[in-house]
Amino acid sequence: MKKFDASQIIDALLPVFATLAALAVGAVMLLVLGANPIRAYGALLEGAFGSGNALAETAVKAVPLLLVGLGICIAFRANVINIGGEGQMIIGAILGTVVGLELSGGPGWLVVPLAMLIGFAGGAFWGAIPGALKAYFGVNEILSTVMMNAIAVQIMNYLLRGPLIDPAQAELASKIPQTAPLDAAFRLPRLVPTRLHLGAVIAVGLAILVYILLWRTTLGYRIRAVGQNPHAARYGGIRVRRQIVIALLLSGAFAGLAGVIQVYGLNYRMITDGSATGFTGGAGFNGIVAALFGQLHPIGTIPASFLFGALLVGANKLQRVMQVPSAFIIGLNGLVVVFVVSSDIWRRKRQRRRQIAATHQPERETTLTAESGG
Amino acid sequence: MGDVLTTSFFIGILASGIRLATPYLYAGLGETLSQRSGVLNLGVEGQMLMGAFAAFYVTFQTGNLWLGMLAAIIVGAAMGLAMAFVTINLQAEQGISGIGFYLFGLGMSTLLFQMLMGTVETVNGFPSIHIPILGDIPIIGEIFFQQNILVYVAFALVPIAQFVLQKTTLGLKIRAVGEHPEAADSLGVSVSTVRYITVTLGGIMSGIAGASMSIGLLNVFQQNMTSGLGFIAVALVYFGGWRPFGVMLGALLFSMVNALQLRLQVEGVPIPSDLMVMLPYVLTIIALVLTVQRVRSPSALTKPFEREG
Repeated sequence: MKKFDASQIIDALLPVFATLAALAVGAVMLLVLGANPIRAYGALLEGAFGSGNALAETAVKAVPLLLVGLGICIAFRANVINIGGEGQMIIGAILGTVVGLELSGGPGWLVVPLAMLIGFAGGAFWGAIPGALKAYFGVNEILSTVMMNAIAVQIMNYLLRGPLIDPAQAELASKIPQTAPLDAAFRLPRLVPTRLHLGAVIAVGLAILVYILLWRTTLGYRIRAVGQNPHAARYGGIRVRRQIVIALLLSGAFAGLAGVIQVYGLNYRMITDGSATGFTGGAGFNGIVAALFGQLHPIGTIPASFLFGALLVGANKLQRVMQVPSAFIIGLNGLVVVFVVSSDIWRRKRQRRRQIAATHQPERETTLTAESGG
Repeated sequence: MGDVLTTSFFIGILASGIRLATPYLYAGLGETLSQRSGVLNLGVEGQMLMGAFAAFYVTFQTGNLWLGMLAAIIVGAAMGLAMAFVTINLQAEQGISGIGFYLFGLGMSTLLFQMLMGTVETVNGFPSIHIPILGDIPIIGEIFFQQNILVYVAFALVPIAQFVLQKTTLGLKIRAVGEHPEAADSLGVSVSTVRYITVTLGGIMSGIAGASMSIGLLNVFQQNMTSGLGFIAVALVYFGGWRPFGVMLGALLFSMVNALQLRLQVEGVPIPSDLMVMLPYVLTIIALVLTVQRVRSPSALTKPFEREG
């Protein structure tokens, strides 16, 4: 028994080792670029954790990562890869913002939840399209979600430069693509005297809900069954195509909610620079990184989001102190993805060894078929 | 007067459509080889960005376009090799690791651009070559035979890729490894060697695709200048049914739509430009829906190969 525990701990730590390896490669890159990697990572850490305010900023950055990451957990459990977080965030945010602008002056307790619901639905819609295309037409969802991102960006740019532009900006020459500000009554309350807002509580609460959904409900069971073996699932009477659509729909919904919360918790209006990241801050992609690091487990994604939020906040300090552009973090996150996905081979190898051991010693079978949960 | 305007309008669109097809062709043909051998390389966009920057930076520093091209090839090959190692030796999930390489290329090309250059500069890219006699034919000459060398090479590679895939031993091995790796392996074909070759070649082609933008078409480097073009190139491989000529047709369709869209913007057609830019992406999704029904993908696509026992 003890041996199994040790092996499972190693499994759980694999993403950590992989991330450390990615950081080491990042250190070499910094050296090549003429920056001292120890000082650079020091600046990163200080920027992310150095003060109460820094910690709060890290948490603020973690909120959209966690929400997108939860959606990623659901999709990946059904073996569907959702790269469309950016677009789903944008569509959710647009719809949520329109609700707030249209109902300006209304009661906050009603308008804000309604905006979140509409944004949730908008993200769901934007996710359901590639879901249906995959389920019923066999379209590769990675490609379709990337295209849906590009389409969403153009819709955003069109609306924020045109019909939805802040009337004040429309007068000016600068014409910053942004909407009018939301009613002050609609702002999400702040938790402590920093920028940390109620969205953090919502995100953590939803993480628990997603855990329950995936492991304590029939729907979650079906989604995971489809992910593990679609043929067996179909044989077991599960409508595989429907689960694929539902998985991507839910995945998009959480990203859509992340978009609304960005608007109501942070900017109090929708604003961009003409690119997707101009609004999302790259959360649609970084949420994938966080979810992978959290082993596609909703609870594991909570600390993972915090960690990658820290990287993003630390990146600003890195840029100020070391003149290393914050794009370094995008590249570093790419390395983390590659390393974490690659490290999976060792988990699979040990799993196989365990299975071989199990076939030789049938009495152990009960411990092995137990739900791994992540 | 109106007649002249419409003729030149269409010549302009066709000529620039041919030109704009270049990056799709390089990236798409490379991806075709890689997918025919069973590896989905989704890092194309990142490889293109790195290639585009390498080519631009070296050309900017040395003034030598061919050195720039060499830099793009080396960078593309390095990224291709890394992708090969990760997907073949470590058997990593191809879709997600490809996205990792995309993010890496996006971040690194932006970082290098900001640290090494800082501002947007221009270079003199590959000049157009007016092919004697053919280039003098009215209309046709203007459309086909007054392009730069990278455009000619891109189109020449289409029949070459087709020949390699269908008529050579290497092509036979590539197809065998992509359709039935176990059978190929039992006949003594090294699955991993073949895949290493195709994925690295794919990386090189993506690097060249990037270079064809930064020192051929646009002659500038800007962060994220490919803006999804690499992903569209991957989609074109599906659209083209994993055949070089199919990929070429897809590339031309897309580049013509893009050329039309750009031209209409210049002409000041009262459609918001943001919505026009959307067109190729919508078209990609439609194209994917239409093709998947009709062609079968290589059987072993995205499946890592491992010997039993």
